Amino acid sequence: MAIYQKGVIFADFDTADKDCWTLDSYVKRGGYQALKKILNDNIAQDQVIAEVKQSGLRGRGGAGFPTGLKWSFMPRALDGQKYIVCNSDEGEPGTFKDKDIMEFNPHSLIEGMIIAGYAIGASVGYNYIHGEIYEVYERFEEALNEARRAGYLGNNILGTNFSFELHAHHGYGAYICGEETALLDSLEGKKGQPRFKPPFPASFGLYGQPTTINNTESLAAIPFIIRDGGQIFQDKGIPNNGGTKLFSISGHVNRPGNYEIPLGTPFSELLKMAGGMRDGRKMKAVIPGGSSAPVLPGDIMMQCTMDYDSIAKAGSMLGSGAVIVMGEDVCMVKALERLAFFYHEESCGQCTPCREGTGWLYEIIHRIEHGHGKHEDLDLLDSIGNQMAGRTICALADAAVFPVRSFTKHFRNEFEYHIQHKKCMVNHNWL
Amino acid sequence: MLSQDALKKIDQELTKYPDNQRRSAVMSALRIAQVEHGWLSNELIEYIANYLKIPPVQALEVATFYSMYNLKPVGKYKLTVCTNLPCALSGGVNALEYLKAKLGVELGETTKDGKYTLTQGECMGACGDAPVILVNNHKMCSFMDPATIDKKLAELQ
Repeated sequence: MAIYQKGVIFADFDTADKDCWTLDSYVKRGGYQALKKILNDNIAQDQVIAEVKQSGLRGRGGAGFPTGLKWSFMPRALDGQKYIVCNSDEGEPGTFKDKDIMEFNPHSLIEGMIIAGYAIGASVGYNYIHGEIYEVYERFEEALNEARRAGYLGNNILGTNFSFELHAHHGYGAYICGEETALLDSLEGKKGQPRFKPPFPASFGLYGQPTTINNTESLAAIPFIIRDGGQIFQDKGIPNNGGTKLFSISGHVNRPGNYEIPLGTPFSELLKMAGGMRDGRKMKAVIPGGSSAPVLPGDIMMQCTMDYDSIAKAGSMLGSGAVIVMGEDVCMVKALERLAFFYHEESCGQCTPCREGTGWLYEIIHRIEHGHGKHEDLDLLDSIGNQMAGRTICALADAAVFPVRSFTKHFRNEFEYHIQHKKCMVNHNWL
Repeated sequence: MLSQDALKKIDQELTKYPDNQRRSAVMSALRIAQVEHGWLSNELIEYIANYLKIPPVQALEVATFYSMYNLKPVGKYKLTVCTNLPCALSGGVNALEYLKAKLGVELGETTKDGKYTLTQGECMGACGDAPVILVNNHKMCSFMDPATIDKKLAELQ
């Protein structure tokens, strides 16, 4: 179940309607009008890209890179196959928005991908779907079949000379495949291990061909941007942070779920929408952008607005928009131990600093949590972090180090207490 | 080693990729094979590789890299509980502990009657529905408090 404010992707329909995902329902609420507008009016590729640039849309997968600019990197004049790939391998702890887009509004993504394919000169697209959501993958396949039957996919779409085919690819359990080049290798049927960049996917992507990779939420916003105009999307947010965004709230709130709200909305309002703190707890800390984003103390978070710039200024990242809220009864050592375990499990093993480093981080935090910590351990964590961050092919090592640095910085007293007294400072239980 | 139905499904997957990129279908082919056999033996992995006309080691490295492939036999129902931080804050760890006690097994173990295997998962991308339990990789069950777990177990025959 999901709860939404009216936004761009979840406008004009109720997710409780069991048919809301169908082509019929999508077309009734204005779906595929953007595609028709482009094809019927013969709008130039550059103009489509300009509209997306105008919207201020920034990549919703976590990096926040301007989508229109990314599209303009594609060497359209070059002959040969090009690809558009959607990254729906949503595995960043705390994030569950792309799943809801594909479950309740899959055609917004399909239409967004067709338009992206048109704009960048790709005739084939793939949507790489997270392994653990098989039922959503099946739903997406059904939606693809509907779109094919209606002539939105395939040869000569809507009677024009534009052809585009789109396929779903199902992952099978690897966090690292959310990294775009690991995802490409996985799509090629290999272990999902990140590639060294450069070359970037726009010049050497899937099967060595020029490829653009966008997040599900970014692509699903495209139909609105083309249909209603980039400026209207931009104006929904604030300068440099255009549009609305889905925030996935989890943890100690009364109503966890997805909320699509304008960028720049105060965090306090988002918290209110989520029903406030569960069981009257006081807020201790918030991870504002998925588990890889640095944790912020609750009082700092309450001063923030939900946009890229405000969260960055506070010392963290908006990331994928996954907001993990922790109450006063959470032991921060225990919370960090769980995250460190995750990164150790999910390191792909390719780079030594990450493969070994994530193991050491987990071991040390584990021993602090279990009463065997040593006084020099906090310095040791810091030193290991320095040997990992920025020294690997992809950002997983950095993602493992960020939580360690921020937890031990903001909640150092809890770590020191743990080492000295060999027990938690707070009476922790996981409920 | 696989039914006609399973081979048909693999053929369908192959149509998604360029003719010279049959390797791309290995993930789905292994998934389809696992659904039919419950787990992936070396023989089955080699069979898939031969069917796709790729070297067996390429299928093996995929089977060993991704966490949802079963490389040894599992019970009739594999239960995977998410215990990552967001789920843990909403009862994920409790769901796991409840299942351990109820089934009398530890993580990675199968009940003596061969019915259940209990495992722990990493993020399933459904943190708002915690606690979340995945049954045989493909069926997601949400809001699994003890009473709902009891109900679910009674359904799994």
